[in-house]
Amino acid sequence: MNISSAHQKIIDDLKQQYPDDILEVTENRGDVLVRVSVDAIHNICQRLYDEYRFIYLVDIFGTDRFTSEDRFEVIYNIVSLRDQLRLFIKVRCEEEDPHVQTVTDIWKAANWQERQTYDMFGVIFDGHPDLRRVFLPEDFEYYPLRKEFPLLGVPGSIELPSTTPDTED
Amino acid sequence: MELENKLASKLQPTFFKKHQEAIYKSLEDKHTTVEVYEDDPLATHMVLNMGPQHPATHGVLRVILELDGEKIVKNKLDIGYLHRGIEKIAENKTYQEFMPYTDRTDYLSPYSNNVALCTAVEKIADIEVPERAQYIRMIGCELARISSHLLWLGTMVMDAGAVSFFIWTFREREKLYDIFDNFGGHRFTISHSRIGGVANDLTPDTVKMIKDWVVNFKKELVGWNKFLNKNRIFFDRNKDIGTITAEEGINIGLSGPNLRATGIAYDLRKIDPYCKYDEVDFEVPTRLEGDNLARYYCRMEEMTQSLRIIEQCFDKMKKGPIRANNAKQTYPSKDEVYYSMEGMIHDFMMTDTGVCPPAGMECYHAIEAPKGELGYYIQSDGTGHPWRLEIRSPSFANLQALEYILDGEMVADTVVLIGGLDPVMGDSDK
Amino acid sequence: MGLESALGEGFLTTRVDSLVNWARSNAVWPMPMGLACCAIEMMAFAGPKYDVSRFGSEVFRFSPRQSDLMIVAGWCTYKMSHAIRRIWDQMPDPKWCVAMGACASTGGMHRCYGVVQGVDNFLPVDAYISGCPPRPDAVINALMKIQDKIKTEHSVLLDT
Repeated sequence: MNISSAHQKIIDDLKQQYPDDILEVTENRGDVLVRVSVDAIHNICQRLYDEYRFIYLVDIFGTDRFTSEDRFEVIYNIVSLRDQLRLFIKVRCEEEDPHVQTVTDIWKAANWQERQTYDMFGVIFDGHPDLRRVFLPEDFEYYPLRKEFPLLGVPGSIELPSTTPDTED
Repeated sequence: MELENKLASKLQPTFFKKHQEAIYKSLEDKHTTVEVYEDDPLATHMVLNMGPQHPATHGVLRVILELDGEKIVKNKLDIGYLHRGIEKIAENKTYQEFMPYTDRTDYLSPYSNNVALCTAVEKIADIEVPERAQYIRMIGCELARISSHLLWLGTMVMDAGAVSFFIWTFREREKLYDIFDNFGGHRFTISHSRIGGVANDLTPDTVKMIKDWVVNFKKELVGWNKFLNKNRIFFDRNKDIGTITAEEGINIGLSGPNLRATGIAYDLRKIDPYCKYDEVDFEVPTRLEGDNLARYYCRMEEMTQSLRIIEQCFDKMKKGPIRANNAKQTYPSKDEVYYSMEGMIHDFMMTDTGVCPPAGMECYHAIEAPKGELGYYIQSDGTGHPWRLEIRSPSFANLQALEYILDGEMVADTVVLIGGLDPVMGDSDK
Repeated sequence: MGLESALGEGFLTTRVDSLVNWARSNAVWPMPMGLACCAIEMMAFAGPKYDVSRFGSEVFRFSPRQSDLMIVAGWCTYKMSHAIRRIWDQMPDPKWCVAMGACASTGGMHRCYGVVQGVDNFLPVDAYISGCPPRPDAVINALMKIQDKIKTEHSVLLDT
């Protein structure tokens, strides 16, 4: 595992500021991933934004690990233009009632990205200004990217229009 | 509350009741201030629905506008009318089988999407791609960039009123289709890139076709620049419309020419080069104004720079293999498949099982698609199917900015702004 | 068509039929329901190389009230299907529908929860075009088949 010195500096600083919250640091082919605890995500993101100028939020998305504990994982992809670094932050939340605090007040780009994670996995972001589904209609009751949702969908979960003409207008 | 009763009583949706009610309620809640609605119709705001089927929304985009006369007070976007769930489909397919799905995300420049998936899989599985294949991929990507910008130009200028531009740009696109047909076999959704290289080499005929087209296209571009760059009507429609500052642009997650028009020269071909982009010489066009006209200039300049890259690629390309030589990572060549037993078995195993990146590995790779930063995040579980494949689509992030830009503009500018931002709904709705 | 309602069946109506059908088939105004990649091929079909205006279909009316033929180009999701059905209902008779591409005909390569497996689940389709995306020549072929279909219709009987 060879983490570049610029990334190592940031990780050491975070470990110093939030010693209990940095749970795991991995490096895969040049990408540095830092797993943090769910309660500290907002503070860590705020520190990264203020101190290290990670001002560009590229993406927020979720994964279903399909384990009984800590089932969902939300991954944040942030870029610092000043230092030209990319960093990935991961949090894990459980299956019953998954809640993560929103980062919309730090980056406005998080708005739709968090809605997308909610739509696909059901992860609820506390404090989000407008948490609705983004791809599927609100009437849809399931979360498609969970592993137990069948690929072909649940028949009857989303309605088709009628085949007789609409006579009201 | 009285406000809710006013709007909710006028709504009578016949399908997806909860969805329509939720979106109209969120339109009311946007920038909530205390307002008094009276019964006088001239004193209230009109809610206009630019529905999913519209000639100028570039696909199926729904915009709900609240208007005060001609000015847009608030607006909300409703996307998802083209959502298929390809991220879920990807979990059941091998990496090479997923290639045609990537063609159909950003369907204006399919070659770049193929290259994006290929480079991401090559990164996670640690496959080395030979030089000639990388140059061929670059040529394909730049031709796709020009093709996408041509369609953007044709439709945006047609929406602004000059209809003949659409015919001119489509004439050039047809010539590009002939080129793609010649080396790829299909007019535009070619899945020419294979993991580990490209499917087949460029013949001398194709090389001549591309070189002739480049020479001809430069003359066309000069003519179009003369037509639009000093056109009074085009300026009036585009200058100072939809201005976004650099800080706002970065914060809202813009990428691609939209971000470069605000002043930030963020181009992944320069910052994190892939595919031999560090060996060719080109500039990244950037503007400072941040309005629609700046976005137009950025894209026109990008087309000129793409032509430069293509010419340099032809000079630097040397003869060599077009696919990596490892049987566990790439398809063998068709000669081997037809004339040797091992080749046939390897071909069968590649189609059946495919590339198997190490278990537990996850990584991300992004390219500079014509629309912005297109990234693929792959989590592998050791088999030939990804555990999770996530597409960071540039149009999804760019459309978020549209909700911010449209507030305060006139309703007639909506069309030009959607054109200037250049979203593709297949890309944004995955 | 007040003139036709005054006439009954017989020799005169078949003459009127063929005149009306000839006029209708040579001025089919399509309404493009361009959803996805097939829409780009449909734009190429209207473009300079595969010119569709020589068939009388130059005006691509985006308004359903002014068109005869709806070309559904691209995959239709469940969320979009209601909008398409509503637009189909708004088109006045006589109207025809073409399902362009594999995705509109049967769901195509998208066999998953979001896509309606064939637009004929809620629309009466007259011609199916296969291909992903079909070449513009194939779309012209379908248009000519629709023209043949129009020429054999009993217009007078239908309208009265």
